[in-house]
Amino acid sequence: MSDDVSDDVSDDVSDPSTPPLLETRGMTKHFKIGGNFSRKTLHAVDDVNIIINRQEIVALAGESGSGKSTIARLLARIYKPTSGEIYYQGKPLSSMRTRRDSLGYRSDVPMVFQDPFSSLNPAYRVNHGIMRGLKLHRRDLTSREQRFAEAERVVDAVGLTPAAEILQRYPYELSGGQRQRIGFAQALAYKPKLILADEPVSMLDVSIRIGLLNVMAKLRQEAHVSFLYITHDIASARYVADRIMIMYAGHVVESGPAEAVLADPKHPYTQLLLSAVPDPRAPLAVGSETDKGEPPKVIDPGPGCRFRARCPFVVDVCHQVDPPLRLLGPGHTAACHVAKPDADFLVPAQEVSST
Amino acid sequence: MSSAPILEVSGLRVEYATSRGAVCAVDNVDLDVRKGEFVGVVGESGCGKSTMLFAIAALLSPPAAVTAGTVKFHGHNLVTMTEKQLNVLRWRDYSVVMQSAMNALNPVITIAAQFKDALKAHGAASNNEIANRSAEVMRLVGIDPIHLKSYPHQLSGGMRQRAMIAMALLFTPDLVIMDEPTSALDVVAQRSLMVQIKELQHQLGFAVIFVTHDMSLVSHFSDQLIVMYAGQVSEIGPTRQVFDHPAHPYSRGLLDAFPSIRGPRVELTGIPGSPPDLARPPQGCRFNPRCPQVFDACRVTEPLLYQVGDVQARCLLHAGGAPLLETSEASGATT
Amino acid sequence: MSAILANTAVVTGAPEPARRRAGGGLWTAVRTNRKAMAGLIIFLIFAAMAAVPRLFTSVKHPNDAAQYASLAHPGSQHWLGTTQLGQDIYAQLIYGTRQSLVIALIAGFFATVLSVLIGVSAAYLGGVGDEALSLLTNVFLVLPTFPLIIVLATYAGKGNLLVVIVVLVVTGWSYGANQLRAQTLSLRNRDFLESARVRGERRSYIIVAELLPTMTSLVVANFLGAALYAVLTAAGLQFLGLGDPSSLSWGTMLYWSQNDGALQSGYPVWAIAPGICVALLGASFALLNYAFDEISNPALRPVRRIRVKRTHS
Repeated sequence: MSDDVSDDVSDDVSDPSTPPLLETRGMTKHFKIGGNFSRKTLHAVDDVNIIINRQEIVALAGESGSGKSTIARLLARIYKPTSGEIYYQGKPLSSMRTRRDSLGYRSDVPMVFQDPFSSLNPAYRVNHGIMRGLKLHRRDLTSREQRFAEAERVVDAVGLTPAAEILQRYPYELSGGQRQRIGFAQALAYKPKLILADEPVSMLDVSIRIGLLNVMAKLRQEAHVSFLYITHDIASARYVADRIMIMYAGHVVESGPAEAVLADPKHPYTQLLLSAVPDPRAPLAVGSETDKGEPPKVIDPGPGCRFRARCPFVVDVCHQVDPPLRLLGPGHTAACHVAKPDADFLVPAQEVSST
Repeated sequence: MSSAPILEVSGLRVEYATSRGAVCAVDNVDLDVRKGEFVGVVGESGCGKSTMLFAIAALLSPPAAVTAGTVKFHGHNLVTMTEKQLNVLRWRDYSVVMQSAMNALNPVITIAAQFKDALKAHGAASNNEIANRSAEVMRLVGIDPIHLKSYPHQLSGGMRQRAMIAMALLFTPDLVIMDEPTSALDVVAQRSLMVQIKELQHQLGFAVIFVTHDMSLVSHFSDQLIVMYAGQVSEIGPTRQVFDHPAHPYSRGLLDAFPSIRGPRVELTGIPGSPPDLARPPQGCRFNPRCPQVFDACRVTEPLLYQVGDVQARCLLHAGGAPLLETSEASGATT
Repeated sequence: MSAILANTAVVTGAPEPARRRAGGGLWTAVRTNRKAMAGLIIFLIFAAMAAVPRLFTSVKHPNDAAQYASLAHPGSQHWLGTTQLGQDIYAQLIYGTRQSLVIALIAGFFATVLSVLIGVSAAYLGGVGDEALSLLTNVFLVLPTFPLIIVLATYAGKGNLLVVIVVLVVTGWSYGANQLRAQTLSLRNRDFLESARVRGERRSYIIVAELLPTMTSLVVANFLGAALYAVLTAAGLQFLGLGDPSSLSWGTMLYWSQNDGALQSGYPVWAIAPGICVALLGASFALLNYAFDEISNPALRPVRRIRVKRTHS
């Protein structure tokens, strides 16, 4: 949580020949809604370019309906993208056709779910998921004893002790926080490179959340695992993430190092979000008193910025042209026609469309 | 705000009948609410805040029941009143806003029809009056009255919650009880709703009891703050005091568990362990297994509420006279 | 109100699970439910009758015709009277239990297997698979069962226990399949199933090893419903003479009593007694079902009331 975090990030970016751990280009997901004869489409995710590097925690923040959960499911291959491509270590996912390839990806990129009360099968003891995962993905462990030893190791690594005893319990015998830790242990058992965490702490009590966020940071340091941390809580995103991406109505509207985005938000939506977050230690921030938090319409949206109806800075071009992501500071991009770059930052000649 | 409280809760105790015997969910709670006051009740799951709320609103049903204490609203004890007597008070003098509008609103009738039901049930007369009043309260909460014709699922989450609040204000009650009305909303809608509630309070002068698990949410809006833990009041006092100088280690731990978006990035620890099983609460202070400042007496003596400046805290550290100076490490419990 | 029920769960330290462990929860549910206990007792009595008929009657060969055959009223020698052929009705009832019970259990079992296979797969597969299987289910559901049964049974030839069972299975699975499909639809988006999918498990594994174990009480409830259907319909079939009239079961007793005009002759016990047994066995399944309803739907559990010891302050 201290400043040496940023050192790790810069190491990754330095070598341009290594492809990033995970990259999406133009990833789009539309859902048809309204029955067999309707032509309406729900634009859940539109033209999203994300990069995740090794040993990095990237937060994807947004309200419900922003598309963040859909992105998690696209990356976990629960959905297939309508268009665009996902590259894992440089290779496109669409080229992974065999079950073996597919299992390989799944063991490198597992997912942790939001609801601790339904993420573990109530009919089995909690070691069930871990043992199944080890059986499917860890070919290096050949006997049941070896797998059990590994299960104990990962359960211990997420802070649950005594590991052997906990593994024999049923889910109902564990608290919400303990179950989420088991969820992380399940993911850790694969020796993953990137863990997709879909709102892993939203349903936990406040005093327990920090414990789990600390586990994430610890795993990044010790097991060199990256995280995609999906959340609607900006404060927890700031606490644990190296980089933050803000989503609105299916688009990434701002992206950059966590501190930069929060200290100097460029996109009006980010500014609105930050003004609305209650902080007991600070005086009540002056926010937009007229914005009631109405969600955007993502059914058949036309061209133009999707935030224009709520934006205090809207101008004509916002109604006509989708704003591209522009580089406005070091590593800091925003998709807004009126956002200004940092005072001392030279905007490159070409418009950049990826993070 | 006048000084005579409109609501006086005294020694309230609520028990549940379970297969393992009676479990006490709310233990000996005292609370006063004055006219126009905003009282925040904060706590985590299992602390009893929602049960207490339902007990105050006289909405408990088996297996839960009030087994001790009084809830005096304008001097009348709600606990001993019959359904008939309660119906006279309900909605006119106090009303309730539930946690999830989708669960509380009838999904198959329009908003207008629900308002009409409520108005008719509690005494309004002509259709004209009903229509006028319905439109009036919708405008009060910032919704265009045209939405009266909508069904609940046609409104967004934020609008549904506002409609619930509008319904609660139909008779301009003296007290509105709210059970986590913002927890299903996103942060912008949440803030907007809080500001609206505060404005309405200034306008109409009703008092609010607001239950939430999100302490920071009420930090700028409530006058009085109650922190509950394991069925008991662990700290109570003016909001600002509790936030700036929390007297109870639990309140302090809770405040520290909120990472902030401004200021320096600091490593936090949260509170280890989890809330106790109320069927078998710990001996002595209920927080002792998780307390960073626990000492020997905590495991034996049950603390009372002690006065600490403007607040009261249920902690032996403040039990009159010099607190014992020996401290020991909290026993390591896993979350 | 949901807040209160939610609080109950947290108050006891953990959410109340649908059932704790396979055996323990089911037994507790039955034990604590009066209706289910009554059903269980009735069932056990019948099971004993079927297994060891000698416990209940000294007659060894209930089908033997008596020397001087005639209908007789209940009396000290024959507790329920005798049939046209002088057979002891009570003994026949006891010995007849076996076939009736066997039909109920076997037909119920296989009908449930079909319901589970088709209903759960339809819901889990979704899309075209679901449409096809649902169509199949709905066709069978809508077919007029009794005429179909009569046609099938007559076509297959009289006098065959196997035919009766097959017919019952074929006509009895569709209702349960619909129920199970509905339940599976509501369960299929649970996170632990997605978790298994993300883990890379095959679909067949997920259905059998992840989904079904959480639906045990539903499947059992389904079985009880199917068994109930089988008892009643088998009796009806046999009454119409579509079973094997020479075998001994309650249904065939009904057939013979009608054939020999028991009611018209003023000897109603012969007709009524097997009828009551059919109804009782069916009722026992229905009563047992109450326990399983409560397991799968906690809202139906009886609410405890606390005895309020008021200490007025």
